[in-house]
Amino acid sequence: MAELNTGDGGGGKGGKVRSKKQNSKVDLTAMVDLAFLLITFFMLTTSLSKPQSMDLSLPDKDPDPNKKEDTKVDENRTMTVMLGEDNKMVYYMGLLATPKVGPKDIAYGKDGIRRELLTQKKAVLAYSTALGKPKNGIIVIIKPTKKSNYRNLVDILDEMAISGVETYAIVPEFSPEETKLIDKK
Amino acid sequence: MAKIKMKKKSTSTDMTAMCDVAFLLLTFFILTATAKVPEALPVDMPSSVAQTKLPDTDLAIITIGKGADGKSKVFFDIKGREIRKRTLEGMGAKYGVTFSEDDKTKFALMDDFGVPLANLKQIIDMKAADRTKANQPGVPIDSLDNQLKDWLLISRRAAIDIDDKELKIAIKGDAKEEYPQIKKIMDILQDQKINSFNLVTGMRGRDF
Repeated sequence: MAELNTGDGGGGKGGKVRSKKQNSKVDLTAMVDLAFLLITFFMLTTSLSKPQSMDLSLPDKDPDPNKKEDTKVDENRTMTVMLGEDNKMVYYMGLLATPKVGPKDIAYGKDGIRRELLTQKKAVLAYSTALGKPKNGIIVIIKPTKKSNYRNLVDILDEMAISGVETYAIVPEFSPEETKLIDKK
Repeated sequence: MAKIKMKKKSTSTDMTAMCDVAFLLLTFFILTATAKVPEALPVDMPSSVAQTKLPDTDLAIITIGKGADGKSKVFFDIKGREIRKRTLEGMGAKYGVTFSEDDKTKFALMDDFGVPLANLKQIIDMKAADRTKANQPGVPIDSLDNQLKDWLLISRRAAIDIDDKELKIAIKGDAKEEYPQIKKIMDILQDQKINSFNLVTGMRGRDF
């Protein structure tokens, strides 16, 4: 490859000083290598530096007063997750007075809430299928307390996306029993 | 019998064309890459596995975070120069503050800000480097003086007038921000029947 200035030997014949024929070709390989490296860098940084975003759709705040109907849901399908301060999280299935599972403290991440969500999701699906309505999946009610932070909220919404829970609601309302439960150290 | 002589081929290829193309592309990418400007209110975003990217145009970003003095502040930013200009005109008319044509042009090129409208002129007149150091107090969001609401309303109208598109709203919150503060912003959005918006997050894998 290296062919920079490889003149043709000359072959010392006679005493004439002949100017060497210079090879006009320059090895561009290294230059091309560098150029492509930089291209790759700029390509990746331009598309990767854009921030990610998570879609969030909330229900209408003040619903039509004419359409007053309380949606009743099967308590066997609901899972309530309460977010407290210092990354504390408590969950239970069903009603708090007669919980099916819990109430239990649980951690964020794949060994905590995600495993539980997947288990409960399967259980609810089995329950609904037994009733003949296999489309009724789990309903998760997320209750962030005043002391929980934004990271907790995004984390739990993220868990919903990862575990494929389609129905969830953010309800920042607490019954006195629930407050007691989440404030307990 | 004549022997078939294999021609000795030269191993070197002509790189000139390749080099040309490579540098052309390189120039393109360098020029299109936007330099990162320091934010007036730096926030530490929480991360999520969401993959959707934010759009570049017709977007308003509400930044919530703690400033250098430890207070919760709300900053506002609109993408798109024409929409910015139109919004500033609308806000000026509503609050009785006049902005010159020069102010509007400067505002169109600015980034996020966090001052009450009365003080916006001072921020516009500052140099870009000074704006980040100015310790802006945040856009007022109290029920008595809810300027964020008006900013949103007027910028949404401007987006519809100019691009005939609904303005997308993104919330960029600091991870340590407490939920009631976020809830306040969501309530302001929902009061305007914006029920669907984006939360700006960082990126992470599923294994955490």
